[in-house]
Amino acid sequence: MNAISLTPLDLTIAASLLVADALASIVLKLNLHWKIAVSATRMVLQLAAIGFILRWVFQLGHPAVTGLIVMVMVLIAAREASARPERHLKRAGGFWIGLSAISLSTVLTALFALTTALRPKPWYDAHYAIPLAGILLGNILNATSLALDSFLGSISREKAAIEARLCLGTGFWPTITPYVRDAIRRALVPIINQMSAAGVVTLPGIMTGQILAGLDPIEAVKYQILLMFLLSGGSGLAAAITAYLAAWRLTDPRERLRLDRLKNA
Amino acid sequence: MNSSLRIDNLRSPLSGPFDLTVEAGTCLSVMGASGSGKSLFLRMVADLDPNEGEIWLGNVARSSLSAPDWRRQVIYVAAESGWWRDDVAAHFEPSQRPAAADLADRLGLPPELLGAQVARLSTGERQRLSLIRALVRNSPALLLDEPTAALDRDSIGKVEAVLRERMAAGTTLIMVTHDPSQSEHLAHQRVIMRDRKLEPAA
Repeated sequence: MNAISLTPLDLTIAASLLVADALASIVLKLNLHWKIAVSATRMVLQLAAIGFILRWVFQLGHPAVTGLIVMVMVLIAAREASARPERHLKRAGGFWIGLSAISLSTVLTALFALTTALRPKPWYDAHYAIPLAGILLGNILNATSLALDSFLGSISREKAAIEARLCLGTGFWPTITPYVRDAIRRALVPIINQMSAAGVVTLPGIMTGQILAGLDPIEAVKYQILLMFLLSGGSGLAAAITAYLAAWRLTDPRERLRLDRLKNA
Repeated sequence: MNSSLRIDNLRSPLSGPFDLTVEAGTCLSVMGASGSGKSLFLRMVADLDPNEGEIWLGNVARSSLSAPDWRRQVIYVAAESGWWRDDVAAHFEPSQRPAAADLADRLGLPPELLGAQVARLSTGERQRLSLIRALVRNSPALLLDEPTAALDRDSIGKVEAVLRERMAAGTTLIMVTHDPSQSEHLAHQRVIMRDRKLEPAA
């Protein structure tokens, strides 16, 4: 690879664009300049920190450290996925559902990729495992929070219809399955859109990054295709786990609809 | 089959305990202020809200049946009707449609309503259709939550006539109503809900 190395001066020049944004905010009274400054500072600090952490982890090459990093990433993603939906389950139900769905689908998808398509040596090599977990988590987090948001929202909206069916003696699962399906479908819309737009409307970020870093476009495209497959597989798994677990959380052995387990809106 | 309802120490953290028996083919009316817990009581009988205690339908204990089996026997018709498809017809099995058409006619609903879109129905039409949805299943017991609240006097009479006929055939009713005269001429037993407990009506 013949990547052009960036100097601090290069980054400073690019940061002038941000200063222009902030100035525009002051002139146009958008009241955004403070937010721009804070979020840009956060971004720089967070990325610098992760850069140094990753360099350290790569040098260490210890599977336990790699595992720990992935675990922390999964925990943060689970928290984020349960915070986003409009309705929330009591007793941190969303967090536990998010944690189960995200950890299971991320680990399974990553293991699948590391042992079949990528095959680094050793398979837990942090150079591959951590970036792969990161990109998977970003998409799986989205699918999880979308599935949770859509399911909890439609269930609270459709309470009368659901209970009408229960009252006529339909079991809980036949009654709830259409809403579970709908939640999974909604959660998969972004990744499906991403796949159909890839290369035509957008150049996916990973691919762009690799090309900028000097990789042959065809090699970069192959990586992107592999990633898209992994992302849709992982997202589908996460959305299904999330929707079924949420449905299971909202019923009991007497097949009731337990909306009392939702926090008040 | 005997379809009497015997409610034995039915309670939840919110309401009860309730103890009462409704003989087969009779009607128990429940009156009381809004928010006193009348709907909650019916929901507990239908096992829609968490509750403890036993209910006997004839000599069958609720605890011996799965919840869906129990709810097929003791159907709760909520005050606010729920619909899970866009058209009315999809809410009926094909085998139930002749009976539904017959009941619609008797309750003063035009036959084409059974093919209409739910969104286009009036509140009163929805209320009667949700009652028909329960009636066509010929369950031994019905829990009716203000079944005539949105209806005019003429339609109320038609609903009551059908309910009387069902009672004569052995169906047991528990009915929440705000109408003292309805309670008086339809019910065999009358109770009042006060602070989530039942008392005999004066």
